[in-house]
Amino acid sequence: MTINQAFDPGIRVRGIEKSFKDVHVLRGVDFDVETGSIFALLGSNGAGKTTLVRILSTLLKADAGTATVHGFDVGAKPGDVRESISLTGQFTAVDEVLTGRENLVLVAKLRHLKNPGVIADDLLARFSLTEAGNRKASTYSGGMRRRLDIAMSLIGNPPVIFLDEPTTGLDPQARIEVWQTIKQLAGQGTTILLTTQYLDEAEQLADRIAILHKGTIIQNGTLAELKQLLPPAKVEYVEKQPSLEDVFLALVGDSGETDTADDDRTVAARKEPR
Amino acid sequence: MTTHVLGDTGVLTGRSLRHILRSPDTIITTAVTPVALMLLFVYVLGGAITTGSDASYVNYMLPGILLITIASGVAYTAYRLFLDMQGGIFERFQSMPIARSSVLWAHVLTSLVANLVSVAIVIGVALIMGFRSGASVGAWLAVAGILILFTLALTWLAVIAGLSAKTVDGASAFSYPLIFLPFISSAFAPTASMPGPVAWFAENQPVTSIVNTIRALLTQEPVGGDIWIALAWLIGILVVAYAFAIATYRRKIS
Repeated sequence: MTINQAFDPGIRVRGIEKSFKDVHVLRGVDFDVETGSIFALLGSNGAGKTTLVRILSTLLKADAGTATVHGFDVGAKPGDVRESISLTGQFTAVDEVLTGRENLVLVAKLRHLKNPGVIADDLLARFSLTEAGNRKASTYSGGMRRRLDIAMSLIGNPPVIFLDEPTTGLDPQARIEVWQTIKQLAGQGTTILLTTQYLDEAEQLADRIAILHKGTIIQNGTLAELKQLLPPAKVEYVEKQPSLEDVFLALVGDSGETDTADDDRTVAARKEPR
Repeated sequence: MTTHVLGDTGVLTGRSLRHILRSPDTIITTAVTPVALMLLFVYVLGGAITTGSDASYVNYMLPGILLITIASGVAYTAYRLFLDMQGGIFERFQSMPIARSSVLWAHVLTSLVANLVSVAIVIGVALIMGFRSGASVGAWLAVAGILILFTLALTWLAVIAGLSAKTVDGASAFSYPLIFLPFISSAFAPTASMPGPVAWFAENQPVTSIVNTIRALLTQEPVGGDIWIALAWLIGILVVAYAFAIATYRRKIS
């Protein structure tokens, strides 16, 4: 990437509005995402999360307001924005007829990179897909498909990544794998905008959390700040019951049907009783 | 970014050609129906049709059969384009720094390659069935040129259908009338044998002039004015279909 880092934050959104016919989906959305941080956009189904991500990734034009991504205005410089981002949409965007490796090579070629084969092999190894690399993507499990999808998004090291509900429809192990990938990326300085309807996902990953409700951001802050909005927790003693997820992960362990050779998977410790 | 148009189109064309190689049934299916029609017309119905020439009936009807081959083959382009949009891959391409027209051109070029292969298979079967032509290389090249124009014109129609379809069936349904058009033309029987209004339609619809031109080229007869009418139709349809397809695409991606 030869684009010089502008002074703007990774993502800046100001007064974005969007309507579809009579439905006013976004009614003036404002927020900033600091470069190199993970920002979670939380909202129920139909809150407008996907619409906002589509606007920021130049797939859709806003009716009003401005947004810059990596310093480039999404309306005026869509080409530069596309050079700076990658989008992992709500539905996995892999070519089912091609093999995993061919999918990666395809994206590397379309990003005009040298040695697409080497890039593909590196990513296959990084996402524990080397063995499945020469199989058609249509034979992959949901988790493998999502990993391939995210691997395709990382090609060319875009400085800003949009992840639209990256773990929807995944089993608990695959979710944890995706979370680890996201944390690693942010550790390397990539700016990540994540949408999710799972509160624990935002809690696990995000530096800042914004709640999108009825087309506007109703809250925006760190997890600690958001927690302070409620009266202080009172101390209660409750017998700690394992959640079904704890039981499932303990029983299935590392030898789940996903074919990963994960060495450092840490099962997220869950403290709150269910 | 525009400097990448050719490279991006090449990469994406390679992708959809690979789709066809992995499911060659699309090419075979495209060729099977015209071959069956050819067998039916030559060995069952052909004996009862007076074409007014001494040449074998397979020589007479091959041009029409080739057009039917292409008309049914382009349905797969609409189908593949529709599937791309259904899956997330279309949006992935749109959010990447690639030339946007490349996505459509890749499908169009793939359609061209696939249909030419189908046409070659059909001509091969016709040769086995006794089709012969003493046409010069130049005449064959002219035939190839007309078939390529026909494929491009119909493929851009297919792009419109693929982009605007709501269901898989809808994406390929547009090709049914196209497949039917050659039957009401000079492709299988001389238009003079048809009743007044039908003959009028047959003589003035694009397929007749295209069929007459290809037939004249293959039988080394003068093409006359038909070739200009054929070219006018082909280029006209191509330009209009292309303009509509691009407009539909713009609406889709903005």
